[in-house]
Amino acid sequence: MEWILNNLPRITDLTVAHLLLALPAVAAAFLIAVPVAWAANRVRPLREVLVSGTGLLYAIPSLPLFIVLPIILGTGVRDTFNVIVALTIFGLALMVRSAADALDSVDSGVRLASTAMGYSPAKRFFSVELPLAGPALLAGLRVVSVSTISLVSVSAVLGVQSLGSLFTDGFERGIVPSIAAGILLTAVLALLLDLLLIAAGRVLMPWSPGGGR
Amino acid sequence: MNHLIDAFDVLLDPESWSGPGGFGVRMLEHLWYTALALIISAAIALPVGLMVGHTGRGRALAVISTGLVRALPTLGLITLAALFVGIGLTAPMIAFVVLAVPSILAGAYAGVESVSPATTDVAKAQGMSGWQVLLRVEIPLGLPLIIGGLRNATLQVVATATLAAYVGAGGLGRQLFLGLRTQDYPLMLAASIAVILLAIVLDACFEFSQRLLRRLLGLV
Repeated sequence: MEWILNNLPRITDLTVAHLLLALPAVAAAFLIAVPVAWAANRVRPLREVLVSGTGLLYAIPSLPLFIVLPIILGTGVRDTFNVIVALTIFGLALMVRSAADALDSVDSGVRLASTAMGYSPAKRFFSVELPLAGPALLAGLRVVSVSTISLVSVSAVLGVQSLGSLFTDGFERGIVPSIAAGILLTAVLALLLDLLLIAAGRVLMPWSPGGGR
Repeated sequence: MNHLIDAFDVLLDPESWSGPGGFGVRMLEHLWYTALALIISAAIALPVGLMVGHTGRGRALAVISTGLVRALPTLGLITLAALFVGIGLTAPMIAFVVLAVPSILAGAYAGVESVSPATTDVAKAQGMSGWQVLLRVEIPLGLPLIIGGLRNATLQVVATATLAAYVGAGGLGRQLFLGLRTQDYPLMLAASIAVILLAIVLDACFEFSQRLLRRLLGLV
């Protein structure tokens, strides 16, 4: 506890750095996954390719991906952009499938009814399909946010600053509280983000189960 | 792009595969760690998962533990274990098992639960005992999902085994960290490509065996 209090400024900096890596990746994964999933559902033959293809990305181990990606991106291994792109790829691996399933779960009767009422495909997507798929999309997003928060720390072995630096520093200098604090804070961040997503879901989607109270 | 060519030069050079610290030995170590972690985890998780699925008791606990492990940072787990048990294989092995158990557990109970109650009722009506229902009906029919759990666990361990070298054990991570410390990017890249290929090949083996099983069981 004393170690944590003495190092509070550094821990705060690392927490902020951690969030700056994780949050853009979670957001990017979500924003890319939804249109990809929509396209996958529209063009049926594409669905298996897109959904299984992105799922396959999850088989790639994280540390090696951090190292291989700079060849394609032209960045350095320690660039934050490199880490964010790698995390986005892992997010996509989880999110495309759940987004495709979420959009697919919208009742075809509802879809036909909205078309019959004169909704254009774009309007139908934003005002009928997206809201109805919302709760399932949120469930997928929550999984992505938790796993991204915990994945960030691996990049610390390459020298990227995040809560993972508490693990590498703690290990190299033999400070147990440093590692314990890192694990605890990672879990707390994951939990807080999860609660934030649940709260956002209740506000944005009062029709979802358990929402709108 | 030059780095990539250099990396493949490293991988295709027989010299880098031979010797006690070569890619060949490191890859075998990597596979050995993975196999050992899976055997230990399966010995713990399969019986528990099957019982959870069969009896329906403790399901909430199994679900929560899978969710918790997703949030657990692997590097933190490995370094923490290393500070307590010292450098070597024990620390990473503890982390591998902690990571692999929930996946196998989830696969095992989901597999047993996936068998329709009508089927198990028929089995019971024919006079099968609880054990017989489990061994002859639930396990065979749930096998694709049970293997799916093992598959997730394998992927997780193969990936994490790269970090074992960070706390003084072997595996392909050795080459990766050697490259990192000596600023030898092609070597890091070669090691990374080797790990990625290993993961993809293992995953493909599981995919193949799952498909084969589904066909043999007549589930397709």
